[in-house]
Amino acid sequence: MRDMEDQLLSILTPIAHHPFHAVPDSAPYTLQLHAQDVTRICQALQQHDQLYFDQLSCITGLDNGPEANTLEVIYHLYSIPFNRSLALRVVLPREAPELESVASLWKSANWLEREVFDMYGIHFTGHPDLRRILMPADWEGFPLRRDYQHQETYLGVTVKY
Amino acid sequence: MSEPVNSIAELKPGTHYRESFGNSGLVVTKLDDLFNWSRLSSLFPMTFGLACCAIEFMSTGSTPYDMDRFGMAPRATPRQSDVMIIAGTVTFKMADRIKRLYEQMAEPRYVISMGSCANCGGPYWQHGYHVVKGVDRIIPVDVYVPGCPPRPEALIGGILKLHEKIREESILNA
Repeated sequence: MRDMEDQLLSILTPIAHHPFHAVPDSAPYTLQLHAQDVTRICQALQQHDQLYFDQLSCITGLDNGPEANTLEVIYHLYSIPFNRSLALRVVLPREAPELESVASLWKSANWLEREVFDMYGIHFTGHPDLRRILMPADWEGFPLRRDYQHQETYLGVTVKY
Repeated sequence: MSEPVNSIAELKPGTHYRESFGNSGLVVTKLDDLFNWSRLSSLFPMTFGLACCAIEFMSTGSTPYDMDRFGMAPRATPRQSDVMIIAGTVTFKMADRIKRLYEQMAEPRYVISMGSCANCGGPYWQHGYHVVKGVDRIIPVDVYVPGCPPRPEALIGGILKLHEKIREESILNA
């Protein structure tokens, strides 16, 4: 485990343009990145011979609420040849959150990013087809935000019980 | 059921006659009875499931419960269906499609709302922003089957309730 951390830091430090750090006591091992470094670091993680994180298992959205005023995106990576897991955490502002898409690196990111967009309203630039995936296209608001209030009616049907 | 009769003269007014006269092959009945009997004996349901209730619906069609004994064979199109069994959670995204499928069914058409979700929103009644709180908000429902999900016996109970309802119908006030 120690080796993996050292190896990751030695490979990624020259690539990152902004400082990043490991999240203490995290499982799987988690790196917190600057939003502008995501594509750069993901590309290295996916393509480096000694890392080879060839699978993007999951993208999680997270709302820390209006008081903290931040959103988070967490990428869960897995390397099939090395049998290793890694998570990346990115913190974004709650107003106009924007992040570069990694759909060109991992195909699975396409739908995962659409889901995060659907539920949290985080915009992924460079995504090939950023539409809502679960909610109807004309739905208002982003349901998993902490301050979400659902609309009164949808197509003339009352939403409330 | 009345006793078999051998001539028109023996018929008593005001009773339902479905017996044949001797060997003539003649049957006397009311038009309402004939229509209702034929309708309720071959209710084709739409092949249509939305959530876990659909598993119980499938089980109802399987050998131990044998939905086919009521003349019910699932059809893959609304044009050939008589009854729509709403088996599962109705989301707002699906509500649009359900209404359209219902409108595509030929009349007379019936709807069985199966399970708590379709009846009233079920466990999603409070925080389920995406769930229609009862399918009766979008289409008329004939029979509600409670349960989460209802067992096949309960769905069969609902089907028999629908039979009772159809048996009381008349072409005059349809």
